[in-house]
Amino acid sequence: MSRALPILTVLAAILAIWYAATIWMNATWVFDQAERNGQTVTWAEVIPQTMTQDRPLLPPPHQVAANLWQGIAGQAITSKRSLVYHAFVTFRGTMAGFGLGILLGVGLAMAIVRYRVMDGSVMPWAIISQTIPIVALAPMILTLSNSVGIDGKEVPKAIISAYLSFFPVFVSMIKGLRSPDQMQLDLLKTYGAGEGATFFKLRLPASLPYFFASLKVAVAAALIGTIVGELPSGAIEGLGARMLIGSQFGEPLIMWAALFAAAILAGLLIVAVGLVERLANRRMGGVA
Amino acid sequence: MIIPTHPMWLAGAVAVWLALWTANVTLAQSRGRAARIAMPILFGAALLVLWEGIVRAYQVSPVILPPPSTIAQTFAASLPMLWADFVQTVIKGALSGFVIGVAAAFVVAIVIDRSPFLQKGLLPIGNFVAALPIVGLAPILVMWFGFDWHSKAAVVVVMVFFPVLINLVAGLKASERMQRDLMATWGASYWQSLFKLRLPAAMPFFFNGLKIASTLALIGAIVAEFFGSPIVGLGFRISAEIGRLGLDIVWAEIVVAALAGSVLYGAIALTERWVTFWHPSQRR
Repeated sequence: MSRALPILTVLAAILAIWYAATIWMNATWVFDQAERNGQTVTWAEVIPQTMTQDRPLLPPPHQVAANLWQGIAGQAITSKRSLVYHAFVTFRGTMAGFGLGILLGVGLAMAIVRYRVMDGSVMPWAIISQTIPIVALAPMILTLSNSVGIDGKEVPKAIISAYLSFFPVFVSMIKGLRSPDQMQLDLLKTYGAGEGATFFKLRLPASLPYFFASLKVAVAAALIGTIVGELPSGAIEGLGARMLIGSQFGEPLIMWAALFAAAILAGLLIVAVGLVERLANRRMGGVA
Repeated sequence: MIIPTHPMWLAGAVAVWLALWTANVTLAQSRGRAARIAMPILFGAALLVLWEGIVRAYQVSPVILPPPSTIAQTFAASLPMLWADFVQTVIKGALSGFVIGVAAAFVVAIVIDRSPFLQKGLLPIGNFVAALPIVGLAPILVMWFGFDWHSKAAVVVVMVFFPVLINLVAGLKASERMQRDLMATWGASYWQSLFKLRLPAAMPFFFNGLKIASTLALIGAIVAEFFGSPIVGLGFRISAEIGRLGLDIVWAEIVVAALAGSVLYGAIALTERWVTFWHPSQRR
């Protein structure tokens, strides 16, 4: 209870500010409209009108909620107008990018921990790769994969998403694989363990907590990558595409609904990954 | 395997690649500072040579993948245009938004640091929002602030705000009980203890947030341009030239974006080393 009260207070404050902003931002349109018709309107008439516009500058929360509900529950989930359908397309892309990112991150980390050459030559570039804004590369990846003969947007979307999500896994795995100390490594040497055995019996198990801790960041990054990947692709499916469509056709409600659907999807993904992390920790005898 | 049109280019490129890789394997044996700097440079050069060789050997059409030499020529030939795009997107959009967002997060962090109630309420929400795909706000902010750089800066402000806020609030808790008690026994006021103990102790966390924010800033500024922009800017140029198949210009813009991102990150890392010289991670 002591944790819920402050959060609820802040949420209520955000809602109150949102409503106030709605009235303030949408009122101009109402006044213009009235002036054009030669009427004068009082504030008592303005306020209800700011809540029900078709193309508001800022839709009030209940309008967004209604639109979101309409998009989620009001359609058959196979319909092109259903947000569940678009969220599923984005989810599929996110999972592909997330999986690819994990493979890439773990693989690169293994190579770098094993080979000094890789550490010296690839490691700095892996860091630099993250300072390059992926969105600049995204349209390029789309054209390239198109001309190589890959149809559809799934593969390039997954590549863009993996580009963002591999890094947290990569960094944590390097830390994790290097976490066994000299004493433990020496002990395995006295057992006559080879390189493979040391890797599978010591380094890999030691790195697992680091691995799971990185997954939450990685999945959030994968979702951002997927949405960004949907923007320049001219895609018509997915939450990013919905935002683009809403922007191009001047339909703010579509944008807001897509934005909140993306937020809900992000929340679900993070909770799911958090559950996996807790389960894994428990299996490995941790307390958390 | 497909037979290349000009096999000599491929053979040459592979030979150079192997030579540079062997050099790196040798360099990896030494622990010197020079080797640490030379290895990534050689690796990058090897990649470029391989790229050039493959493109020339297979006669890849320049509308699919231009060779690095062409990109370099285009880069040199269109410097004024690249500079204008750089100013529009990086300086006006990303950097001004970055500064405003970081300053706002700084002020808010210090304000909510004084109120445990606000901390309990804002931090879980801030943590959650920081993980959301905030780039989705871009079309809405473009609608509000117009097509020019103001809307790009607004997107950057929102994207940068939460990572910096969360890190700084965590950092303000980083000083130890003992240290705070010591300040109290010296009769230090709240502000004295804030400026002399708690803010310096928070700096490693703050710079962590800044590093995350620096990449986000460029992403935000470029994404916002996909939703409408004047006829200048990195994101605008990229989407326009892709449509006209001017891929050499697109790659030149990518080079600009990469340079801008790396320089921004590098500047933050250098400032971090200068400000938090006392932190264990900075010792050498």
